[in-house]
Amino acid sequence: MARNPRVAARNLDGEMMIMSGRDSTLFTLNKTATILWQSADGKTPLDEIVEQKICGEYEVEPAEALQDAEALARELASHEILLISEEPILQSAPLVGEAR
Amino acid sequence: MIGLLEEMTQKALDRNIPLSVQLDLTYRCNERCVHCYLDHDDHGEMTTAEIKHLLDEMAEAGVFILTLSGGEIFLRKDFFEILEYARRTLLFCVKLKTNAILVREREAARLRDLGVESIQISIYSHRPEVHDAITLVPGSLKRSLDAVKFLKAQGLRVVLANVLMVQNAQDYRGVRALAEELGVECTLDPTITPMMDGDRGILSLNVDQTALREVFRDQELVGDVDEFCAIAAPADENSLAALPCSAGHTTAYVSPYGEVFPCVQFPLPTGNVRTQRFLDIWRHSDQMNDVRSIRLKDLTTCTSCSHVSNCSRCPGLAYMEGNMRGPSSQDCEKSFVKTGVPSANMIAKKRTAANLVQIRALPATTPATTMAGATA
Repeated sequence: MARNPRVAARNLDGEMMIMSGRDSTLFTLNKTATILWQSADGKTPLDEIVEQKICGEYEVEPAEALQDAEALARELASHEILLISEEPILQSAPLVGEAR
Repeated sequence: MIGLLEEMTQKALDRNIPLSVQLDLTYRCNERCVHCYLDHDDHGEMTTAEIKHLLDEMAEAGVFILTLSGGEIFLRKDFFEILEYARRTLLFCVKLKTNAILVREREAARLRDLGVESIQISIYSHRPEVHDAITLVPGSLKRSLDAVKFLKAQGLRVVLANVLMVQNAQDYRGVRALAEELGVECTLDPTITPMMDGDRGILSLNVDQTALREVFRDQELVGDVDEFCAIAAPADENSLAALPCSAGHTTAYVSPYGEVFPCVQFPLPTGNVRTQRFLDIWRHSDQMNDVRSIRLKDLTTCTSCSHVSNCSRCPGLAYMEGNMRGPSSQDCEKSFVKTGVPSANMIAKKRTAANLVQIRALPATTPATTMAGATA
């Protein structure tokens, strides 16, 4: 899973503002979705991201969290904000730091 | 998207984040438009390294929408290097303003690859003899329209920007039809602004009130004409507490020389990124904070004007007239043309002019009663 390099993105107060590269639709990601997007480096599998970054942060059952994360990842991928593949993805958008 | 963008703009406003910045990469240009407000000589543009450093600072400050403009942006040999850095490294939402006469198939394909959000192209008329007489470059309309086709073929979003002036006052419908035929968007701006150095000579190119009235009553442009031209409801406490515009609040402008201003149309110097951090200028410049402190209730003259709550008053144009808290005569005229009701500024000026009439010629007298030597 990787951040699509074609998006425009900025992190305002921990909340990602993302514009789809496909049709310029603007999205904001809540804090959980932001964690998911920021962690999508093209190498780390989703279950590992959920276990390390989401279950560690929130009190949630791992299986339930993974199910929610899969649905969210599919939705982000449908807007071409995330790229999903069974194989590692070489090109991932750079990480965007929080605005100061 | 508009709703979400408004929400993010409010968030940026609350957190003092410059969400949108226009950066002019150069003032050099390959056209010589008769209404242009710029001096096209190069007085020491920022280098590639300086611009990249500035972009780093802007991203850190939270800038999301970056408009690259000029001058003509494609005259910079490092244009694509800058664009690639802005898009691939810093993930800005990039919009371009250009005349596009240097854009061919290859450039269009590169813009598509780099994921530019939109390209705004100046088109003054659908008739070459009118457009080219404004740009002073023979063949420029054809070149620009060829570019529109190349960009469209790449699936890019193109917007034709039509500035209205005396020379093309009758052609805006033709430009709109052309945009429709090309499958692109079109905007119309009926305001010619003074030169950045304050010279107001080019204001004579502004269309007259008859032409402006026709534009403001064109349903295709304004939608509900009655609503658009309605007299404003009286201003209440809430509307007087509103901000005059986004300049200095969520938007800023940076010149090719690194000077930072509240807006491209508001040449109040607030600092220079060659000697200061962009974020320090944005947050701490006295001038920027002065602009930020202004609410509608603080405006001289305008507060008592019947148009105050829905006037298009531009603080930058007011500044260029001498007082950023004062009226902008061009916007007074627009409010008058829309509603038929003169603004408080127009009434005050008329009163002043009436007083000046007291300095008038003496009544004709016979030569015998004139003073010695006064024979005129």
